[in-house]
Amino acid sequence: MAGELEFERPVMELKKKIAELKEFTKTADVDLSSEIEKLEARLEKLEADIYENMKPWDRVQIARHPARPTTLDYISHLFEDFFECHGDRAFGDDEAIVGGIAKFKGIPVTVIGHQRGKDTKENIRRNFGMPHPEGYRKALRLMKQADKFRRPIICFIDTKGAYPGKAAEERGQSEAIAKNLFEMASLRVPVICIVIGEGGSGGALALGVGNHIHMLENSTYSVISPEGAAAILWKDASQAKKAAESMRITAPDLKELGVVDEIIEEVKGGAHKDVKVQAEEIREVLTHSLKDLMDLSEDQLIDHRYNKFKSIGQYSFLKEFIGVK
Amino acid sequence: MLKDIFTKTKKKKYATIPSETAKQDVPEGIMTKCPNCKKIMYTKELVKNLKVCFHCHYHHTMNSKERLASFLDANSFEEINANMISENPLNFPDYIEKLEKDREKTKINEAVVTGTGTVDGQKIAVAVMDSTFRMGSMGSVVGEKITRAIEKADELRVPFIIFTASGGARMQEGVLSLMQMAKTSVALKRFSDNGGLIISIMTHPTTGGVSASFASLGDYNLAEPGALIGFAGRRIIEQTIREELPEDFQTAEFLLKCGQLDAVIPRTELKGKISAILSIHQPGGDFQWQEN
Repeated sequence: MAGELEFERPVMELKKKIAELKEFTKTADVDLSSEIEKLEARLEKLEADIYENMKPWDRVQIARHPARPTTLDYISHLFEDFFECHGDRAFGDDEAIVGGIAKFKGIPVTVIGHQRGKDTKENIRRNFGMPHPEGYRKALRLMKQADKFRRPIICFIDTKGAYPGKAAEERGQSEAIAKNLFEMASLRVPVICIVIGEGGSGGALALGVGNHIHMLENSTYSVISPEGAAAILWKDASQAKKAAESMRITAPDLKELGVVDEIIEEVKGGAHKDVKVQAEEIREVLTHSLKDLMDLSEDQLIDHRYNKFKSIGQYSFLKEFIGVK
Repeated sequence: MLKDIFTKTKKKKYATIPSETAKQDVPEGIMTKCPNCKKIMYTKELVKNLKVCFHCHYHHTMNSKERLASFLDANSFEEINANMISENPLNFPDYIEKLEKDREKTKINEAVVTGTGTVDGQKIAVAVMDSTFRMGSMGSVVGEKITRAIEKADELRVPFIIFTASGGARMQEGVLSLMQMAKTSVALKRFSDNGGLIISIMTHPTTGGVSASFASLGDYNLAEPGALIGFAGRRIIEQTIREELPEDFQTAEFLLKCGQLDAVIPRTELKGKISAILSIHQPGGDFQWQEN
């Protein structure tokens, strides 16, 4: 099967074998149904074993899977009447971020998300989902518009990070990201963020200052890519697997660290196995998340966001006072 | 006689090595070599000149203590949250030891010092990052201390001034470090919406997550000459775009040209300029705008 991942190979092989046997019984005269049954029982156990004990690196592989559903995939399944808006009104239109207006269960909303491509051609057009400043400024323009018309905002996070390029620096990548964090703080509408693939550093966070942050089970969210961390820590990018484990970047890790509100269950083997079913899982979480937040007043929403981020972090105090003298 | 000549030359084999005590005759640090122009000068005079090289105007690294002394009125600084320290949320190997070593080395507890003080008598809340502590990297404590300093400014209704010096987010605290970008920005927004004045002064270096959060969010964004300021590292960009970057790429002067800064101000003029900005934000004059 195309796009199979290293760790799930035993499952794929067994599946193939069962299919072969089934094919064989159709033509041959022997009855193998008991063997097939046995193998199917084994498959079930194997699947449970493999998919329920995924290592962080396995999840990284799923989060980066070329066939993993993107923002536009989920938009087409979850929303009605999506109208895409382009451009930051200052420099250009960055296709690494998509955004627009739509309805969710009849409620007007603004939807924004990072957008990867699925093949090389589309990836070049969308810069592999790595935005330039104008992408973040487009996102901010749409958020302010949502604030004006009192529409809840839903953000899909899926990027390796903000693009590290010369032009991006010249046009103020830092300022664009910082401004988004700053302005998102005072939006008077519910903001819900869902990490659907990779949540890479500041480039992800620039769409991530939400009242609620949810993560798909096999998505990741981190301050630096496992490769980057390995390069800095051990001067060796090939130790990414080890870095993925020590950096705590998976959904359960982030839940434990108090960053993420809910983990959205994924289809067995990853969202790419069935987009439709996955979209339904997201719809369910989005529905009750939105319901909860729409009960809050404008001021309460702003306070809620303030308190959410204020509470993230771990520190303690020395008993003895040692200050700058 | 002939024999004597030979013994004399033999003696020359021994080289003179200064004794341990002789080596320490010149106390360490009495002279400083400028890393930019390589000229040597008296450390005491250099410090008096706010650590700006007399010859090439290179701005030497200042620690938080020197920085505070450089622009606050004498004895006006009152520190807050000095004893807040980091934990090890990811159980990262050696992290606690590294922190302890830096605490020992720098005599401060984290990479930022916060408090209140006055500039020419004008009260402010201030946060000064210190690149001598873990490269000024931002973890939970740096984020929390800066946030509390902003809240202090809000409470006292005084301007907030931040001097940034940081390599970015602190890797050893993983995603919690990343979230400090959001925490500090959210606090700045509340302060700003309440009418608070924010002045950010970027010093060498201000990169990564710090550059992409509070450093860029001042009402006035200033920088020291020659400071490295940027989001992504130079090496990463060169690898990505496969071309060489201009010499002055990501310097304060480059950013000024790109429209990202209000001004680049030499350290020796900084206190005066900050004081002037603060003063312009005080009500005054012969007549007042009547607000309804």
